Amino acid sequence: MEGVLSLLSAFFLLIGSFLCLSGGVGILRFPDFYTRMHAAGVTDTLAATMILIGLMLQNPEMLVIIKLILILLMTLFISPAASHALGQAAALNNLPPLVDLHIKDLESASASGDKTSKS
Amino acid sequence: MRHKISLSIILLLFWLLNSGHYNYLILALGAASIAIVVLIAHRMDVVDHESQTIHLSLEYPRFGLWLIKEIVVANLTVVKHIWLGNKTITPTVKVIKASQTTDVGKVIYANSITLTPGTVALGLVNDEIMVHALIQENIESLESGDMDSRVSKLEQSW
Amino acid sequence: MVIAATLAILVAMILAVIRAAAGPSLYDRILAVNMFGTKTVLLISLLGFVMGRPEFLDIAMVYALINFISVIGVLRLSDAFNSKHNGQVADLVKRVP
Repeated sequence: MEGVLSLLSAFFLLIGSFLCLSGGVGILRFPDFYTRMHAAGVTDTLAATMILIGLMLQNPEMLVIIKLILILLMTLFISPAASHALGQAAALNNLPPLVDLHIKDLESASASGDKTSKS
Repeated sequence: MRHKISLSIILLLFWLLNSGHYNYLILALGAASIAIVVLIAHRMDVVDHESQTIHLSLEYPRFGLWLIKEIVVANLTVVKHIWLGNKTITPTVKVIKASQTTDVGKVIYANSITLTPGTVALGLVNDEIMVHALIQENIESLESGDMDSRVSKLEQSW
Repeated sequence: MVIAATLAILVAMILAVIRAAAGPSLYDRILAVNMFGTKTVLLISLLGFVMGRPEFLDIAMVYALINFISVIGVLRLSDAFNSKHNGQVADLVKRVP
């Protein structure tokens, strides 16, 4: 039983670490602010969930598990509010979104032209 | 009044779960802080049916499970595009309609959009939500209205 | 495994700091700082387990709340100081094609 729990915990922690690293790479690699916001979203949601679940499986003490669940719930409630406030502030202050790098259809191509020339 | 009582009960549970010490002094301090918090919330006039959703229903867990599934799928997509590089992403901004009638319903919808990586709600006016998406398919799946109808169903179950 | 996860989070935090230093716009920096903060919450919880002191979880919880408030505060400040600010979400929605 102990072995299974620690194995599961290691599995969750491994996935969480990988997602965290991916988010870090994404925030460096993506071309503009709005796309980077999605990369940060990955580390806020699934990576945090995976790491906290991994920690929950490490320790069977009830109080610790409750506190970890509270941290998880706080993260999940706070992160969309923060990223919405950030995105809205950026959009209100006319930070132009980079639209459609590889123009697929005419409509979005003209839209992106509009957008960048105006701002 | 019942919203204030529910807020007090939630704060009491929060204190008891986090404290771990149960002697008289600590409990008295806890009761005092809860009273002060409820008083401040009353003066700020933020305790109402919107902050205290005590009209819970059975739809909540079902929606939560569906949202978790969506979050996992969306995360995997975004991680895939992070490692595939910038050439594979097609960032899009679009305004989509929200069919919810109450403010709480619209906020739940916008928050669900933001919580799934790949889509971020940038603005919410009346019944229009401005969404930025990492790839175009995300916008198309939002426009198909699956999440919208699920939130509406949640709203109607109150 | 807990130590490996701690190291992975440290690396992610370093990447976020690079973005905060490099970021062309103010919002890139705020985003990077926000991500740094959420990673700090995870780091503190993990460190509590590494050192065998679960009391660290209380600190992590408080840090999560402080981080949220600081991000909202910086955004308010940037709104107040930005002169180009339109201030109308309704206009914003109209500008989208």
